[in-house]
Amino acid sequence: MLELKDIVYQVEENNAAKSIIDHLDLTIGDGKFIVITGPNGGGKSTLAKTIMGINHITSGQILFDGEDITEKNITERAKMGISFAFQQPVHFKGIKVIDLLRLATGNKTLSVAKACEYLSKVGLCAKDYINREVNSSLSGGELKRIEIATVLARGTKFSIFDEPEAGIDIWSFQSLIQVFENIRETINGTVLIISHQERILNIADEIVVIENGKVKEHGPKGEILPTLLGTAAAVNAACSKLIK
Amino acid sequence: MLDKIQMQLLSEVADLHGVPEGAYNIRANGEKAARNTTANIDIITKEDKSGIDIKIKPGTKNESVHIPVVLSKSGIKETVYNDFYIGDDCDVIIVAGCGIDNCGTQDSQHDGVHRFFVGKNSKIKYVEKHYGGGDGTGKRILNPVTEVYQEENSYVEMEMVQIKGVDSTVRTTKAELAAGATMIVRERLMTHGEQSATSVYEVQLNGEGSSTDVISRSVAKDNSEQIFEAAIIGNTKCSGHAECDAIIMDNAHVVAVPKLDAKNVDAALIHEAAIGKIAGDQLIKLMSLGLTEAEAEEQIIGGFLR
Repeated sequence: MLELKDIVYQVEENNAAKSIIDHLDLTIGDGKFIVITGPNGGGKSTLAKTIMGINHITSGQILFDGEDITEKNITERAKMGISFAFQQPVHFKGIKVIDLLRLATGNKTLSVAKACEYLSKVGLCAKDYINREVNSSLSGGELKRIEIATVLARGTKFSIFDEPEAGIDIWSFQSLIQVFENIRETINGTVLIISHQERILNIADEIVVIENGKVKEHGPKGEILPTLLGTAAAVNAACSKLIK
Repeated sequence: MLDKIQMQLLSEVADLHGVPEGAYNIRANGEKAARNTTANIDIITKEDKSGIDIKIKPGTKNESVHIPVVLSKSGIKETVYNDFYIGDDCDVIIVAGCGIDNCGTQDSQHDGVHRFFVGKNSKIKYVEKHYGGGDGTGKRILNPVTEVYQEENSYVEMEMVQIKGVDSTVRTTKAELAAGATMIVRERLMTHGEQSATSVYEVQLNGEGSSTDVISRSVAKDNSEQIFEAAIIGNTKCSGHAECDAIIMDNAHVVAVPKLDAKNVDAALIHEAAIGKIAGDQLIKLMSLGLTEAEAEEQIIGGFLR
C-alpha cells in the first residue's frame, strides 16, 4: 500500500514559492489499477516523480507498505519495488536494448530469448530491436515501448507509467493500449498510470482526478468516469454551439 | 619468451592470450621477442633505424598482422618506425597497440611512427590500443604518429582506443586520399588523474569522390585534459564528417578544435562537437532500475566508449 500524507512540493518562481503539489493526501491499495487524470499543469507528473523519489517533496510523508520512504533516494525506492516509465524516454549512446533489459531485470546473463519476450509484450518484433542502441535512431513510439518493457521486465509490486500515450501516433497507440488492457497478466502488483485517454480510464479500478496540486476526486471508475465524460460531452456541446 | 606482466599487457592491447595466428611481430622492452611471416605477408627489420617494414602482397585476403609492443621495464624510451606496404586488392586486419607497465620511478616512453601505403581497391582495418599499468611514479608516455596514403578506391578503417593508465599522449594522424578512397576513424579515449591526451587529425581529400568520417568519443575524469583537433581539407569533390563527443567530469578540461577547409565548391564538409556532463535523466533512469548513482555512471560511460 502506498500512502501520501499531506504532500507539498514547491518550486521557486519569480522569487516566490509556488506549490505544484498542495497538501495532497492519497492512499493506493495493493493490486489496484489506478489511473490519474486531470488538466495539464495540475501536478500529475510531478506527483508521480515524487513517488519514485525523482522530486524531493517540500513537506509531508510517503509510506510504502507501512515504511516511511520520504528520505529514501531513487535507488532505494527502486530496490523496494517501485518502477517508473518515463513520459519522455531517455536516450543512451552505446547502450543497447538488451543491456537496458538486463539492467532492469538485474540479471546480467538474461537470455536473448527471455528479453525478447518482454519486447513482444509491448508489441515490438523483438529480433529487430534487441541489439539496437537506445538512441534517436529509434522512433518515439519504439522508444516508448522499450521504456514500458523495462518496467514490465522489472515486474515490481508498484509500477508507474507517466502518460504512455504521449508523443506517439494514433496507430501506435491503438496497439499500445492493448499492452495496458493485458497488463494484469504481465504485472501482479499495483499499476498507476497517468493518462487522459478514455480507453485507459475505462480499464481502471479507480480514477484519481488531480487539479491544482490536490486530489479533486478519487473513487471507483464506475463513479468517476461518467462525471469526466459528462464534462467532456458538455465541452464538446458548447464548442459545437460556438461553431454553429 | 614473455613474462607474466608482458603477457597481460599483450592481452590488454591486442586481445591476445597466446601467440597469434598469421603474421606477427612482438616487440618487448625495445627488442624483437617473436616474429612470424606468411606466404603473403613479410616482415623485415629496418637496417637504417629501429623498426620494421611490413609487406603485404597484392590480392592478400582474410589475413591478419599483429604488431604489439610491450614495455615492462621502467625508464625505456624508444622511437620505432613501422612501414606498411599494402598491395592492390587486399583485405587484411592489422592490430597494433602498446602496453606499458611501469613500476619504477623513471618515465617509460614509446613513440611509434606508422606509415601506411594502401594500394588500389584494398580494404584495411587497423586497430590500435594503448594501455598503461603498474604503480610506479614514472610516467607512461605514448606519442603515436600515423601517416596514411590511400590509393584509388581503397578503404581504411582505424580504431584507436586508449582507456586506461597512459599519462601522456600526443596522437598525430595524417591521411591523404586519392579518388574514391574512404577513411573511417573511430577514437575511444578515457583519461583520469592528471593525464593529458591530445589527438590531432588531418585528412586531405585529394581525389574526386573521396570521403572520411572521423568520430571521437571520450570521457575526461578527475583533473585530466584532452585536446581534440580535427582538420578535414577538401581539395576536390568529396565528403568529410568529423564528430567529437565528450563527457566531462570532475575538474577535467576538454578542448575540441574543428577545422574544415574547402577548396572546391563540391566539397561537402561537416563538423559536430559536443562536450557535456552525463545527462541527469540518464542517471535517474538507471537509478530507477535499481542501480546506485556510481553504478549508473559506470554503465553510461561503458556504453558511451563501447
